[in-house]
Amino acid sequence: MSLKKVHDDQPKVFKFSDENLKKVEEILKRYPEKNKKSAVMPFLYLAQRQNDNWIPLAAMKYIANLLSIPYISVYEVATFYTMYNLAPVGKHFIQVCTTTPCLIRGADKIVNLCKEKISPNENEISKKGNCSWMEVECLGACVSAPMIQINDDYYEDLDEKSTKEILDSLIQDKPLKPGSYRGRNNTAPEKKQSVNGENHA
Amino acid sequence: MPKITINGKEIEFEKGMTVLQACELANVEIPRFCYHEKLSIAGNCRMCLVELEKSPKPIASCAMPAAEGMNIKTNTAFVEKARKGVMEFLLANHPLDCPVCDQGGECDLQDQSMYYGVDKSRFVENKRQVKEKYMGPLIKTQMTRCIHCTRCVRFATEVAGVPEIGAIGRGENMEITTYLEKAMESELSANVIDLCPVGALTSKPYAFEARPWELKKTESIDVMDAVGSNIRVDTYNWEVKRILPRLNNDINEEWISDKTRYSCDGLLKQRLDVPYIKKNNKLQKSSWDEVITVFAEKLKTISPNEIGGHIGDMVNLENALGFKKLFSLLKSDNLEFREKKFYVNSSEKTNYIFNSTIRGIEESDLILLVGTNPRHEATMVNARIRKAFAQRQVPIYSIGNPGDLTYNYNIIGDTTDDIKKILSHDSEFSKKIISSKKPIIIIGESALELKSGEYIIEGFKNFLKKNNFINKEWNALNFLPQNASTVGLLDLNILSKENEKKNTFFEKLNNSKFKLLYLLGSDNLDIKKNNEFVVYQGSHGDRGAEIADLILPSAAFTEQNGLYENLEGRVQECKKASYPIGESLEDWKIFNLILRKLGKNENILNFDLLRSEVLNLIPNFTELNELPKFKKEFAINNLSSNFISEKVNIKEIDYFFSNAISRASKTMSECRQIKYSLKKTGTSN
Repeated sequence: MSLKKVHDDQPKVFKFSDENLKKVEEILKRYPEKNKKSAVMPFLYLAQRQNDNWIPLAAMKYIANLLSIPYISVYEVATFYTMYNLAPVGKHFIQVCTTTPCLIRGADKIVNLCKEKISPNENEISKKGNCSWMEVECLGACVSAPMIQINDDYYEDLDEKSTKEILDSLIQDKPLKPGSYRGRNNTAPEKKQSVNGENHA
Repeated sequence: MPKITINGKEIEFEKGMTVLQACELANVEIPRFCYHEKLSIAGNCRMCLVELEKSPKPIASCAMPAAEGMNIKTNTAFVEKARKGVMEFLLANHPLDCPVCDQGGECDLQDQSMYYGVDKSRFVENKRQVKEKYMGPLIKTQMTRCIHCTRCVRFATEVAGVPEIGAIGRGENMEITTYLEKAMESELSANVIDLCPVGALTSKPYAFEARPWELKKTESIDVMDAVGSNIRVDTYNWEVKRILPRLNNDINEEWISDKTRYSCDGLLKQRLDVPYIKKNNKLQKSSWDEVITVFAEKLKTISPNEIGGHIGDMVNLENALGFKKLFSLLKSDNLEFREKKFYVNSSEKTNYIFNSTIRGIEESDLILLVGTNPRHEATMVNARIRKAFAQRQVPIYSIGNPGDLTYNYNIIGDTTDDIKKILSHDSEFSKKIISSKKPIIIIGESALELKSGEYIIEGFKNFLKKNNFINKEWNALNFLPQNASTVGLLDLNILSKENEKKNTFFEKLNNSKFKLLYLLGSDNLDIKKNNEFVVYQGSHGDRGAEIADLILPSAAFTEQNGLYENLEGRVQECKKASYPIGESLEDWKIFNLILRKLGKNENILNFDLLRSEVLNLIPNFTELNELPKFKKEFAINNLSSNFISEKVNIKEIDYFFSNAISRASKTMSECRQIKYSLKKTGTSN
């Protein structure tokens, strides 16, 4: 992890869409008026959603005005949290978990595949222009390690073969189904086992 | 009071104190980097760890509230080990560049690592390298040295009111930066240099100039504005190397303005070191003997009525009294010190000082600014107003538009009619004042320069008096003078004798009635020179020297002892830190040269006598550095009918160029350039 780089080519203006403005109202209701600056994180998330999964500087300024807090405070928050993207990412944004359990189960092989198939460096848009990848810390799915997250979906229980298939189809804009790639039902055991004479899970 | 045990000694502490403050009460020193008395608590450096009985881990004493019955230990092996560990982490990424670091010798990290540091490093990984940041012409950055105490961030947000510095990124990649790398838009910005416990933020103009142990330190008083900030002047031989703030909670707390701090390089430039005389329309170097002879001859030929004298903005009281004595010997009473004609009622001291006191601002519950921009006229007063605003949300109102003051305020109006409405209870605002407990009305020079200046200040005085806001406990009426000499000179009664309506000095000056004009350090007076013979006595070749026929070089404020009275009426001593340059002399010595030449040997001035006479002349004087005391009741004046409906324009002062010293300073002109270029391009981002 290095300091997040702010993208050079920035849009000049940013505004929440009408739909999001309704959400803004709702989010603001969650906080007392004098603590409304707490809404900065949901707002940044909303801005990221609206703007193809990354937050431009214009959005930070817009949010600062919206909450009447200093610009630098929004900037601090946006640079602190790793899940806010400050530069454009691919339409298919792959986050590879490389924390201990996944790493023990072979996450480094997945990283190598990403380097090979998508781009040699993290946070680089692929040649075809539709994918990018990055290493992330624990995504909380250790029970089905190793795993990757593509946009909002988890792809679990991976090995080299299945990862190759997933990445190849992604590059062709035909994403495969999320879930376990070892045929598990969610996080249930692979084979039905009986415990104390009864079927378990 | 609750009790706490510190190293086996039981002491009482006030409720609300932290463990660190309680330890200070017990005279136990706690090392710290991020904690600072005047800033909010961050608790992120972890240097102040202490042992708390029954706690398995050491606690950060700066952030832990002290509680009844706590048993704190600070001298155990456990604490020492904890602090050693913290220090090792802090030093892991800190470069070993003390020999080339300007903070060396006054560095908290250097000092504390002598006590708590380990003598070798176990850190074999690469040290991190951080890019330098641009923070304007005053602050030099070396961000690799930063230990992330965030004192600068908290100062900018809380005290200066310009939230422009922040900490971005996280963990090892955390960096302190200004947004988009621009100069800080604050007159207090350079205080972050004093706050920085390491050499990450150091002084740009002072870079590589001297080591702290080589400097001679003199505790003195600032004369850039009327606040009288307490400063320490550091000199190396003759040169004033830097100016630092001194703690005085009644006046400037721990801060000083950038002008106070950095106009000192103006003391080295544009200096008048020998007497000059104008020959063939050209100023030529001369000798004391020649100039004094020429001057004395002139004085003999010109009638006293046609001799005018003007005292400048940075003249001390002893010299001003000497000047006054010289003028009374010459039998002239055309003395003046105001730079522009503004109304002032010098009959009572309470009419022309800041009665509520600077500290009183913190107690107030309503502040009204009338025709003043405290941010530029008295930066430290503005910082106090901001403190009241930030801590207690004191409502602040203004008549006239002063622009950005670093806090929110409401403009009630910008004409004298709005004032009239308040004074005659026709406005909602009158009720607001009356229902408040401790209001503060601050009237600036811009308001008193108006034709209805008399109406404004006398009107407010009567209004406040009638509603019992001027009493022994509280006086809500405040005048905000702009110059260091103003209050003292009013006390010495140096105000041209005039019937109030006709200001003879300014009339004579504007109509060129003076044949001889004697300027004592006076550079801001607007003079259209005709045939006057102008004598300028001062330290800098500035506006006054430009039009002079004779130049008598004198010492600057750091080069002579002298008393100044600040806007609260506090008499403070400015001490000699350096000596006058070249052939220049202290002002009173020059008066003696003139008196001797005029054959008035019996009137020769003596500095000690001048000082004791000044102290006798100052009304309500108590003692040095203390507030004046008032005994008698304040009379209600009859409200003059001098009301004229006009606009209250707050005259913008050229902040970085307001006096001869700052105009000679390179640093100040850089600051000014940046300020105006920001204005031109606009700062919207």
